[in-house]
Amino acid sequence: MNNSTLTLGAVAYDPKVVTIWDGFQRWFRAHELDFDYVLYTSYERQVAGHFRGEFTVAWNSPLAWLQTERVAARLGRAARAVAMRDTDQDLTSVVVVRADSPVTSIEQLRGRTVAVGAADSPQATLLPLDHLAAAGLVPEVDFAVRRFDLLVGKHGDHVGGERDAAYALATGAVDAACLIDGNHLSFSRDGTLPPGATRVLAQTAPYDHCCFTALAGDDDALVERFAALLLGQRHADPAVRPLMDLEGLREWRPGRTSGFAPLARAVARFGTIDAFVEELVAGHARP
Amino acid sequence: MTGGARVALGDLGLDEGAVVALKHALRGKQPGDTLAVEGSHPALAVHLRAWCRARGDAVSFPAGSDAAAVITVGASHEDRWRDAARAGHADPMIEGAIDAHPPRAWGLAARGAAVEAGSPAFDFALVDRDAAWSDEAPRLYAQAAAAQWDPATAIPWGAEFALDGAVEDAVVQVMTYLVENETAALMVPARFAATIHPHFREVMQLLAIQAADEARHIEVFSRRMRLRRDAPGLSTAGGQASLKTLVDASDFAEASFLLSVLGEGSFLSLLWFLHAEGPDEVTREVARRAAQDEARHVAFGLAHLASHARHDPTLRERLGAAIERRHAGLQHTAGLNDEVHDALVLLAAGSMAPAALRSGTERVQRLVGEMDTGRRLRLRRLGYSDDEARALSALHTRNFM
Repeated sequence: MNNSTLTLGAVAYDPKVVTIWDGFQRWFRAHELDFDYVLYTSYERQVAGHFRGEFTVAWNSPLAWLQTERVAARLGRAARAVAMRDTDQDLTSVVVVRADSPVTSIEQLRGRTVAVGAADSPQATLLPLDHLAAAGLVPEVDFAVRRFDLLVGKHGDHVGGERDAAYALATGAVDAACLIDGNHLSFSRDGTLPPGATRVLAQTAPYDHCCFTALAGDDDALVERFAALLLGQRHADPAVRPLMDLEGLREWRPGRTSGFAPLARAVARFGTIDAFVEELVAGHARP
Repeated sequence: MTGGARVALGDLGLDEGAVVALKHALRGKQPGDTLAVEGSHPALAVHLRAWCRARGDAVSFPAGSDAAAVITVGASHEDRWRDAARAGHADPMIEGAIDAHPPRAWGLAARGAAVEAGSPAFDFALVDRDAAWSDEAPRLYAQAAAAQWDPATAIPWGAEFALDGAVEDAVVQVMTYLVENETAALMVPARFAATIHPHFREVMQLLAIQAADEARHIEVFSRRMRLRRDAPGLSTAGGQASLKTLVDASDFAEASFLLSVLGEGSFLSLLWFLHAEGPDEVTREVARRAAQDEARHVAFGLAHLASHARHDPTLRERLGAAIERRHAGLQHTAGLNDEVHDALVLLAAGSMAPAALRSGTERVQRLVGEMDTGRRLRLRRLGYSDDEARALSALHTRNFM
């Protein structure tokens, strides 16, 4: 890899991903950082690519952050969260029921069916199911889980799984659905869920979402330059505002890892990433 | 907290319109300002949290407060509008309302609107006030809008008349010629209406209504054509070659000059001639209605070019050269076709009687003289000397338009 080029790894969960990173490429190059990117079809391929040195910085889902952090630790390396969007911090997910549902407590979900998003979605599956489990209801044992497995490998980045879960709730196919707080609002505003037709039954603790991830020792100076430019982007700048709007943020924040603790608890409970981590570590351990 | 800002939402949800009240309450606030939110919707806290996060604002839910939540305005609040520019002023009469070179990125915005920085630049061709704007445009547009008429009811389509067969054929030939010419007169302003910067709104509207006028003329001429005959008359290569030079003209000033001042100016004489000499009530009335509209087109062409010439001393020379170029380009063509000329004579004569034909011929000769007089008058109003006006008028296409 040309070490004067900052190459980013990103997952193509939607065609707009190309628009976004092409735009960032123009912007970074105008600010004298030679920027390029490679797209992956899944976060697992991206994480594997990161350890093969195919790029310098990953635009990671929170689950991919945990995967990277675990593999790095096992290989004697250190991963770090370089930066994240303001909108990646302190999200919550909600479990919603129909407004006229007899269910008024988590306990009353026992024996019922809960709709979730993609199997690997932190926000629409892992975190809300962990929240219910912590309250004493074991998924698939105490209640049935209806998965809307749209685009597995994208870690729920595509909103389609949550939308399908919301439809299933609205049409009465399930008793409850798990969504990001913001999607509950936007689905209610765009009519996916009729306004006032659903009720929030439970809300998870705040958690963080995506982050730019780097491995210590990989072009550190270049990564610093990348982070400094990113943190200097302003929503007032019309040249970069459309990109910030597409990525859904008002400002970049320095990366933090404290907000990944709730997801770490959930994947520990469900064993979500263990096999992947073992496989990747084993691959790197082979001579 | 600035002035204890507070908004009461009652039981209204953010998904039910509360965001409108919240945005209104936050308008004009500075980063760090706070807004207390009262409300009892069951999802208020969940939705406020998500909504504020997306806007870059912070929200807290203080215990023991009478407010359900307190929003703290974020650093990027209203940044989108920080560099927005006012696109001139809505009222064209206010000093400075019409920008000399409106930025292409003002795009389709209403004149006077606040335009977000970073809006896309449009490929408008006509972007200079001197070339595009005329102070007369608002008044002429209002006049044009008030003078619109309904072809179905404005023309006495049911009027009784019986013409000699040859005279009816002559009317049909003249209508055929008029439709062809009015089609050119529709396409030219339509094209410029689509390329002018919408900052010059009234000019754009005037061009559009001019195209609509011509659409109506095409309709009534076509309908008169078919009142007594199944098919139109003849279309000549020479006539079309003359009109093609108008349709092909890419410069707004040159096209207005050739079409409105010279072409439609000459047509004014022709239409008033048809109104006076037309052998039947329908022909006379379609000509009168069209003439009234054309008078506005000529007035705008003159006003716009007179104003352009005041700002650009080279314009007159350029326009003169355009007539000469067009004349040279059309030298190999026949000019007004015999069919149209003969049809005008016969239409004015009203019959094949020798005395009538003599009179008709005299009147058509007089018409051609009036057209020349009118063109010279308009050329002088644009600042040409008598000699220049005489010379330029003589070079005008023999096809009239």
